[in-house]
Amino acid sequence: MRKPTWIVKTEKLPIKDPNDVVIARQRVRVWALDLKLSLVDQTKIVTAASELARNTLEHGGGGEMEISEVTDGIRRGVRLAFSDHGPGIPDIKLALSDGYTSKQGMGLGLGGSKRLMNDFTIETEVGKGTLITATRWK
Amino acid sequence: MERIPILRMGNLLLVTIQVDMHDKLALTLQDDLTAKIADLGAKGVLIDISSLEIVDSFIGRTLANIASMARVLDAQTVVVGMQPAVAITLVELGMSLPGIRTALNVESGMEYLQQTTSPDLSEEADVDRED
Amino acid sequence: MAQVLNVIQRNQASLLTAWMKSMQLGIRRRDLISEAELQSQTEEVLATICSVPAESPLDNLNAAAWQSLREILASLSVSRASQGFTPSETALFILSLKSPVFALVRQQSGNDADQLYASITEIDSFIDKLALLTTDSFIHGRDQVISRQQEEMLELSTPVVTLWDGIVALPLIGTLDSARTQIVMESLLQAIVQTNSRFAIIDITGVPTVDTLVAQHLLKTITAARLMGAECILSGIRPQIAQTIVHLGINLQDVITKAKLSDAFKLALERSGRTVTRIEKTIRPNQ
Repeated sequence: MRKPTWIVKTEKLPIKDPNDVVIARQRVRVWALDLKLSLVDQTKIVTAASELARNTLEHGGGGEMEISEVTDGIRRGVRLAFSDHGPGIPDIKLALSDGYTSKQGMGLGLGGSKRLMNDFTIETEVGKGTLITATRWK
Repeated sequence: MERIPILRMGNLLLVTIQVDMHDKLALTLQDDLTAKIADLGAKGVLIDISSLEIVDSFIGRTLANIASMARVLDAQTVVVGMQPAVAITLVELGMSLPGIRTALNVESGMEYLQQTTSPDLSEEADVDRED
Repeated sequence: MAQVLNVIQRNQASLLTAWMKSMQLGIRRRDLISEAELQSQTEEVLATICSVPAESPLDNLNAAAWQSLREILASLSVSRASQGFTPSETALFILSLKSPVFALVRQQSGNDADQLYASITEIDSFIDKLALLTTDSFIHGRDQVISRQQEEMLELSTPVVTLWDGIVALPLIGTLDSARTQIVMESLLQAIVQTNSRFAIIDITGVPTVDTLVAQHLLKTITAARLMGAECILSGIRPQIAQTIVHLGINLQDVITKAKLSDAFKLALERSGRTVTRIEKTIRPNQ
């Protein structure tokens, strides 16, 4: 059973070119600092943001990132949502496995970021786009 | 265009990455470094990443590529100063960078490179044997 | 609407006496708090209620007028939590204000039953809210105590010691769970940077069992240390743990393991270009 979560506040950023990936990292760092996450947790969430933003750019053809502070009543956390209108992911299980890559690279993006975050969901439809939501709790 | 400076010390090249690199900057560094190694006949490359707050899979891969390319060009690479939080994250991400030599700081990185690349060392050893 | 508050404010002195009287002996807990301290706390709370403007809303505790009352009740609850009161004793302290206020309102209202009912309803829910506030603050205070103790315990359980210049050791004792292993991992890596150590020895002689998750954490620590430029040596693996590791299929191929901490220390010394030798004692037969 997943606990219901509420959004405390939110911010949207475009992910249209490689420089947006850098800006996305910096904004996520600010949010993680605001929530007083530990240095290791900050590093994990910023790294995951970098992976997922690059994924949105390269595989989804660009999109946007939404950073939110969320709470389930007890804990607080940072939630990242990446959405694009790209080709979608045909096989989620395969895409999450280490070593899978549709372009050149080591294929650690999705599976790796999943390990860096606490909650991780992918909603995708082939030809329509993808929404990846990932939360790291304090 | 924005570039990361490469310093030369004898037959060693020294790079300190201090900015939050976008992907293109990382690729430019890879090009510049391989060109410099070939031009100068450098025997060792030291990359200081102690100011980097994150290393994601792209930067990790670029570092691994630089090390492999340098090896083909007969140069040793050592990456120094990775922060604990960065190392933990990189391992969690699934990247253990097995092909990369590491050292705690510039000093011990230089020491390693001087030991493995210095031509004087083998000559001295020969002299010792003659005695 | 603000009539009730007005009544309270006009009768501050008599109310204080009545409130102190209405506090049952059971909730006074003379063993935990002195009569004088209780008296001064009661005075302070009542004085704060009396210091707000008479038209302040009784149905909204979040109003700016109640700011100082909220703060006083919060700090009172936190201090009671550490004094050893129960949450209900703390709430009863506030709730015991009800009957004297009700009596006062009854006196003022005369025979107007509607007026009396309205006033009592209003003051009743106000005091309930105050009592709930003390409970919330009480629990919050407890939580802070618990989390501080947890942190202290975790710090105690991860003593990273320097064995030699450039060699640190982490002797682990007791059962390792995932959370503890993670803290251990972070403090070891931090110590490597701080002491500039090329070698780190993780000694698990005092660890009774190792499961897959803990073994993975240890392996991750060793890999992370390598990325930073330090080498880890694992020592003190008990025979049962060695068996578990093999049965679980955990790969320790790339990890240097030694039976004893002293062997690991010797290896670290050797690798950093040092040896340990016994100094020959000069035998002097004449002495």
